[in-house]
Amino acid sequence: MGVRLKATLILTASVLIAGCGETVDPNEPAGSIQVKGSDTVVNAAQKIAEEFMKDYPHIFVAVTGGGSGIGIASLINKTCDVATSSREMKAKEKELAEKRGVFPKEFTVAYDGIAVTVNKNNPVDKLTIEDLHKIFTGKATNWKEFGGKDLHIVTLSREVSSGTHIYFKEEVVQLGKKDSHEEFSAQTLLLTSSQAIVEEVAANEAAIGYFGMGYVSERTKTLLVAKGSEFYPPDVNNVLKKTYPLSRPLYFYTNGEPGGVTKLFIDFTLSPKGQQQFIETGFVPVGAIRYGRTQKD
Amino acid sequence: MGGPRKISEYVIESWIKLSGLLVVIFVFLIFLFLLRDSLSLFGVYPLGQFLFGRNWLPISEPPKFGVVPLVLGSIYVTAGAIIICVPVGVGTAMFIDEVAPKSLKHILKSLVEILTSIPSVVLGFIGIVWLSPFLKNTFGLPTGMCGLTGSLLLAFMALPTIISISEDALVSVPRAYKEAAFGLGATRWQTLWRVVLPSAASGIIAGVMLGIGRVIGETMVVMMVTGNSPVIPKSILQPLRTLTATIAGEMGETVVGSDHYFALFAVGLVLFIITFIINFLADAFLRRARK
Repeated sequence: MGVRLKATLILTASVLIAGCGETVDPNEPAGSIQVKGSDTVVNAAQKIAEEFMKDYPHIFVAVTGGGSGIGIASLINKTCDVATSSREMKAKEKELAEKRGVFPKEFTVAYDGIAVTVNKNNPVDKLTIEDLHKIFTGKATNWKEFGGKDLHIVTLSREVSSGTHIYFKEEVVQLGKKDSHEEFSAQTLLLTSSQAIVEEVAANEAAIGYFGMGYVSERTKTLLVAKGSEFYPPDVNNVLKKTYPLSRPLYFYTNGEPGGVTKLFIDFTLSPKGQQQFIETGFVPVGAIRYGRTQKD
Repeated sequence: MGGPRKISEYVIESWIKLSGLLVVIFVFLIFLFLLRDSLSLFGVYPLGQFLFGRNWLPISEPPKFGVVPLVLGSIYVTAGAIIICVPVGVGTAMFIDEVAPKSLKHILKSLVEILTSIPSVVLGFIGIVWLSPFLKNTFGLPTGMCGLTGSLLLAFMALPTIISISEDALVSVPRAYKEAAFGLGATRWQTLWRVVLPSAASGIIAGVMLGIGRVIGETMVVMMVTGNSPVIPKSILQPLRTLTATIAGEMGETVVGSDHYFALFAVGLVLFIITFIINFLADAFLRRARK
């Protein structure tokens, strides 16, 4: 017992001393940051947090997922410092936040392309946004209309808790019109995860679904998509150049202008090192202009 | 001598009494909690539109919280499961109790218990990967994510409940009944079908009711395999959306205190009332069986 206690004390002390040894500046930032929200972003956020903690060993960053809605809800309830989200905050949520004295500040931290996917045996290779609109609202129900086989189209979507669902609804189902009241066809299957969409599309010749670029695989065929006449595949280049029509920003939200350790974390996220983590997890960085500005800051 | 014993008895007695009361209090509190949050919805959204609305569009502007497709979805899946699992379950119970040799009886009984321990998420995964493509090809469906897939898996989950309670009911049929039937020259099958089964009927119905309660409240499996389309189902071979899957699938996104949040509580209340009625009926049948 005594020996073990001594060992622990020595260990603790040496850690403390080592810690102090590293700290040249006594004003070294210290504290903890709670990051909560989107399941789309959670892996990237986790990697950023790990890198961040290497640079700032006295700041502890905790990252949890759950969904964009959960992150925003906890920002409103003041239980997190940074909310991550794959969709913009809704007007209603902003209203609710202000009522509780929270003033969300939005940061665009990366971009994500939404890939549209079909079974490998489906002869269709490309669709326009208009086509997708017809398919997902149930106005077109047979693959024949798009040069495919004589099969009833099975549309797959994510659940309503998914930020990706909301993005797809606004941009494809409602064609980006704010006053549109169009809905996903009631026949649309609402699946609980992007992986479930991969499974169903891989097994079902008549299925069409969508998911973030990170889920693109050899098991299903990724369609080229056009807004107008030029068709593009969802890849980093086309998302960056905005030629691929289905790409969306990913956001971090803070309560008001971030200060202290939270500001350090946001700055780190937007720095080349932070952006590199997005690239490694299958997302698209926010671009060169942003790099430069953050570095100067 | 009597003093300490009396005290300890008093302590134990009141502790048991308190535990019993606590359960009642918890059920009551849960009900009140659901009711309070549901009522907040009906302040802004008419009760009639909630109960009889045919569209469930929670994130639209304006949202529509019509619970009809969800209730029908739950009823379809549950009815399908019951039609499949009652004959199989009661048959298995009859086999275990009356026909099977003693050694097989023990093996079967423990196998049935193992069935209960399969996590529902595992069943759901089997459903996605194997059962749904199989049903799709067998029936030539546009998709295998449909009510029947859910019903089959739920039937599988309700089987242990139905088998063990039916078996208990069959065992408790007095020996004298069987002996009298045999004495009248009835065959084994006639005795089983005309004498043993009817006298165990209330117990078996209670088992079935508890099975229904289990099925209608199950979430993970139905959410994974039924496709979750909020349509008014015309057939069990269509995708559908149940009450439970709706709550589980949407709770993550709602902001605490929003209409959608309260609507999900109202859905929970509907589910609670349905299961409460079913359990109440099951209890009534069980009590009749014991008489």
